[in-house]
Amino acid sequence: MKRPGASLSPRKSLTRRPSGSTRKAASNPKRKGNSGASAQANPAQWELRLYVAGNTPNSVAAFSNLKQICETHMGGRYRIEIIDLLRNPQLASGDQIIAIPTLVRRLPTPIKKIIGDLSNRERVLIGLDLKPA
Amino acid sequence: MNRESRFVAKSPTGVNGLDEITRGGLPAGRNTLVCGGPGSGKTVLAMKYLAAGALQYDEPGLCVTFEENAKELMENMRSLGCDAQELIARKALAIDHVQLGERELESGNYDLGALFIRIDHGITSIGATRVVLDTIEALFGNLANEAIVRSELRRLFGWLKQRGVTTVITAETGERTLTRHGLEEYVADCVILLDHRVENEISTRRLRIVKYRGSAHGTNEYPFLLDENGPTVMPITSAGLTHIASSERISSGNLGLDQMLADSGFFRGSSILISGTAGTGKSTFAMQFATAACARSEQALYFAFEESPSQIERNMRSVGIDVSTWISQHKLRIVAARPTSAGLESHLARIHQDIDDFKPSVVVFDPISNLVAAGNGSSAKSMLTRLIDYLKLQGITALFTALCENRQDSGAAIGIFSLMDAWILLGTGCGKASGFGNSERMRTIQVLKSRGMAHAQDTRFLTFSEAGIQIFAEPTPAAKQ
Repeated sequence: MKRPGASLSPRKSLTRRPSGSTRKAASNPKRKGNSGASAQANPAQWELRLYVAGNTPNSVAAFSNLKQICETHMGGRYRIEIIDLLRNPQLASGDQIIAIPTLVRRLPTPIKKIIGDLSNRERVLIGLDLKPA
Repeated sequence: MNRESRFVAKSPTGVNGLDEITRGGLPAGRNTLVCGGPGSGKTVLAMKYLAAGALQYDEPGLCVTFEENAKELMENMRSLGCDAQELIARKALAIDHVQLGERELESGNYDLGALFIRIDHGITSIGATRVVLDTIEALFGNLANEAIVRSELRRLFGWLKQRGVTTVITAETGERTLTRHGLEEYVADCVILLDHRVENEISTRRLRIVKYRGSAHGTNEYPFLLDENGPTVMPITSAGLTHIASSERISSGNLGLDQMLADSGFFRGSSILISGTAGTGKSTFAMQFATAACARSEQALYFAFEESPSQIERNMRSVGIDVSTWISQHKLRIVAARPTSAGLESHLARIHQDIDDFKPSVVVFDPISNLVAAGNGSSAKSMLTRLIDYLKLQGITALFTALCENRQDSGAAIGIFSLMDAWILLGTGCGKASGFGNSERMRTIQVLKSRGMAHAQDTRFLTFSEAGIQIFAEPTPAAKQ
């Protein structure tokens, strides 16, 4: 029986755990508030969710790009939640995810979605309303 | 080494007629593309495939819908006789609505892995062996990077085959390509085209199998019907010319006519045409033929396309034919319909249904001319051919009446005469008043054709009275003076 992960992503996953103030989604990633391994003392103002499927190059790049953007523009007041759809496939329909990777800005509202490895920083900033279009 | 098996396993669709023309259904474990314009019935066909899987073949199915939401889809399925809620509850069906909103914001590279994961999850959750993607082309509107969409769709279709599910993919027809975005390039296994056009203000539907790799299939366009029973395809009966010709003879219902037919009558299972100008007695002969069957304790079905049943009863009473008794004994059934009330396919479907219900040994179509005019020329002929084939296969004797505006019949353009085994022509000869009944004309009858028998070659003369129709070899005595 084939492992679903092996053929769903276009390339083999690399095994590398991302570091930083992130939390891998467990059974209930929809938990709000400050619970989890976040090292931040202040309540996060930005809540971001990054949907990935294993540690593919696109996913890893997206996370790295996202971290840089957050560090630069959100003054540390952010929380990134990583949802690995290979582990939790049922979570894709909630936010209506079809692409990998997908970034969802949960807070501040309104909800925004950007798909891709986030390498085009301009677009990300505009998309997240960090910069006027 | 030929990896592709010559004989493709088939997945039955449960759509009447479609399994026949595909010789068993869709290619199992492969992808089928169903394309058509808006309203052509793609979604209905796809949903019927899932409903049949859930209800008849014990094959759970997943519907991934990109356009309608789950609620609308379930409503549609109800019209296919399917309680979607119940099927979902017992895991015979799963619906995933992929909501595509505004065009997605893109930054950098991506793939559609999450879509794969959703579909895989849907399949695994119920053990689906049937999948519908309706309409996956919506992705092109949602994602700007067409190159990625194309390559991912190609990957998806390949992945679905590996997964072993039979997939139906719906798509809109394009102007220069079969589908708007050229999906037919990626689906090599089976392509079905649904056509919906309006001709003479009647809507007409056709289904055509454009491609079916590894299997023989019917290549014509078939009439396709969408009604309260769901989708139906009307196939050309493949056994069209292999029915056994009976040598049993049955009475025409009129002694004089039987005499013209080698002293016997028509062959059972043959096709008979009675044509003539208005008022020449076609319906009377037709009803005589039907009631003769009733008298033999058989059932007769009379399709009336011009007159109402009560008009018919009244007219027949005046020539001594009692229709109501046979009706009350359930030996005779009169079905009335205006040909222009619906498309030709609808009529055909009703006809098939009524014949299946009533199981007659003879069927009358009075007149066929209006019905034929309701379709356009060539499609009418092909449908008539199918109808006659179907009836012959059942051993049902079919009698058609046709109105001719003049003796050189315009119906010849449709070529229905060649389909008939027997052709009776009714007319009016010139001559003095006969003095019988209310008739002021000399009515004539000729057997122009009757295959397989030595029929009368001459023109004979008719009178109509309360005693019925009588046929004379000479004009009536009163007229001779």
